[in-house]
Amino acid sequence: MDFDLTHEQRLLADSVNRFVSDRYGDFEKRKAYRSGQKGYADANWSAMSEMGLLGLPLPEEQGGFGGGPVETLLVMEAFGRGLVVEPYFATVVLGLGLLRRTSGQGELLAQVVAGETTLAFAHQERQARHDLHDIAATARRAGDGWVLDGAKGVVLHGDAADRILVSARIAGARRDRAGIGLFLLDPAAAGVTRRGYATQDGLRAAEIVLEGAPATLLAEDALPLIELVADEAIAALCAEAVGAMETLRDLTVDYLKTRQQFGRPIGEFQALQHRAADMLVATEQARSMAMYAAMMVQQTDAAARSTALSAAKALVSRLADTLGKDAVQLHGGIAMTEEYKAGHYFKRLAMIGALFGDVDHHLRRVVAAGGLPE
Amino acid sequence: MDLRHTADEIAFRDELRAFFRREIPAEIRRKVSEGRALARQDYVTSQKILHAAGLATPNWPVAWGGKDWSPVQRYIYVEELQAAAVPQPLGFNVNMVGPVIATFGSEAQKARFLPATASLDIWWAQGFSEPGAGSDLASLKTSARREGDAFVVNGQKTWTTLGQYADWIFCLVRTDPAAKKQQGISFLLIDMATPGITVRPIITIDGGHEVNEVFFDEVRVPAENLVGELNNGWDYAKFLLSNERIGIARIGMTKERLARVKRLAQETPAGEGTVWDDPDFRRRLAWSEIELKALEITQMRVVAAQRTKAADRPDPSSSILKIKGSEIQQQATQLLMEVAGPYALPRPDRDEEGLNLPSVGPDWADAAAPLFFNYRKVSIYGGSNEIQRNIIAKAFLGL
Repeated sequence: MDFDLTHEQRLLADSVNRFVSDRYGDFEKRKAYRSGQKGYADANWSAMSEMGLLGLPLPEEQGGFGGGPVETLLVMEAFGRGLVVEPYFATVVLGLGLLRRTSGQGELLAQVVAGETTLAFAHQERQARHDLHDIAATARRAGDGWVLDGAKGVVLHGDAADRILVSARIAGARRDRAGIGLFLLDPAAAGVTRRGYATQDGLRAAEIVLEGAPATLLAEDALPLIELVADEAIAALCAEAVGAMETLRDLTVDYLKTRQQFGRPIGEFQALQHRAADMLVATEQARSMAMYAAMMVQQTDAAARSTALSAAKALVSRLADTLGKDAVQLHGGIAMTEEYKAGHYFKRLAMIGALFGDVDHHLRRVVAAGGLPE
Repeated sequence: MDLRHTADEIAFRDELRAFFRREIPAEIRRKVSEGRALARQDYVTSQKILHAAGLATPNWPVAWGGKDWSPVQRYIYVEELQAAAVPQPLGFNVNMVGPVIATFGSEAQKARFLPATASLDIWWAQGFSEPGAGSDLASLKTSARREGDAFVVNGQKTWTTLGQYADWIFCLVRTDPAAKKQQGISFLLIDMATPGITVRPIITIDGGHEVNEVFFDEVRVPAENLVGELNNGWDYAKFLLSNERIGIARIGMTKERLARVKRLAQETPAGEGTVWDDPDFRRRLAWSEIELKALEITQMRVVAAQRTKAADRPDPSSSILKIKGSEIQQQATQLLMEVAGPYALPRPDRDEEGLNLPSVGPDWADAAAPLFFNYRKVSIYGGSNEIQRNIIAKAFLGL
């Protein structure tokens, strides 16, 4: 048992932290990044590429960093502190997470690492809610290739992504576990309609309709792979939430020290002190659970892995929800304004709660498994 | 970063695990597991077995029977002890007065007290709290005035846990009435057989006799029983209270208890099936398990940090462990009571030892509600959870 970081991990953390403080330390900059057409800054994306972040999970011989879940945790926690808007989660955690485990896409991988191509994963369907195996979109053979039909929703970064990974059913009924294929789609192809929009937390997503859209098959029976990457996504979101919780807590504590009412800083009132103390407890418990997620996502037994990641998502989401609401309450009116930072952290934490399964969904999974794995 | 134990740590753990289960009588471990009161002899039997194997006082200096263990090994020891439902070596002896005497006591005091303290041939009680000094401990009033070669002690201590069994009591007493609060307090060792001491039981809401009031009326204590310097007792008390933070969350014990809740829920009939079939019950059990997992990792982080951090540097971790640990311990006792259902109600008569006679319902069920009642204490004692929040707010958030 040890919690030490390796030399390389420390260097990685230092450089990502520097990136976040340089480019996100001033909250006005974030507003500027978001106002661009893609909803983020190309210059930041290039910088991430230069830092090697866009190849984080790839082995070194593929131009990657050779990073695992701990490296992802370090990066995502830092991004959570800055509320980073670049599509790292969509491109690297989801996109590369899937793509690197399929074959024949070496050139595309290289383009992603170089920062030339961004990815998105179109999986969510409206009726499925949180069930990863509920897929109605279909794939059928057409000549040498495949064409896809169906509707995908809330595809993170889906409006600007250069290539989109799509799940679609090759065989079986809508809720069958077997028969789900993974495809690669060029969103510029015929039969693809994208409707992009902003999300509540300041990011971008899209509704995508596929009508006979041509696509390349990456994997048949891809559900186990999709479930693995969804668990990696949960681990990453838990780490991002910890970073956001920590910053929001610090903002709140600073505010309690400076805001004067009744002739003294409001932080002198015990009712508020105790709630601030609970924010510290919540952050540390969430941090522990994010570490648990990073460890258990490497677990080879898929059932144990999924149960553990569900536990992590359930607890981190619940803690983030409480902390976010308390932060707004302790700030008072200022946190209700669009101009001030705190509300944006609150909103991101709330949206993380809705991504990749909410508290009830994940708790049900832990219950169904009979409790946590040994 | 790796949360798994190394091969060496696993070997260490397995050896302790086997030892505890093999050597400590099953009947004693059953009582601990069910949360029943132990007889004095149960504590003594268990501690003597541990002591004979060198496992009663691992945190003491090696010269006095301690082990040169790493923080991780100490952590594993406490977790395994609790998971095996072994009575912990008496905390007043091994975590409190023992380390104080070993660190601040005279050579004569060490020789006289430490061996018997380790083997539980002397049973110590803690004389800190008073009726007017709970969370505000430094407001204590029990006085000791110097008369020749003795201190004469007058006053009252309360919440004296297992004081009815004690041979000796270590007390904080006011030796300088003019000094302010924390100053003017001394640390005194008092033989319970001294004339002028009266012990009166306090029966708690669970019906148990766990705590007592201790009255001191002109009690003459030889001056050689003063530990360390006169009027320096507050420092020794702080040392004592900060000494045993790992284990305060009682994660091993709660793990064992939640596993038991699960087992009993699966055995306890409810309509068509068992209590286990109730998704609402299982959901609440799952929350406790999940929160406990997070706390376990928090505790491991604290253990790992001990290698590098100066021990006297303030650290919010012990307050976090106290707050969350006590909350989850309480949840576990509540879940157990809920499994008992209506058979949580019967309250069989007790014999003079405080042990329950055979149950009315399932043989474990009558202990469930008393345990739930009793465990309200864990968020009150050792610095209430509100005091812990004050500490976090002041010392770590700077509020």
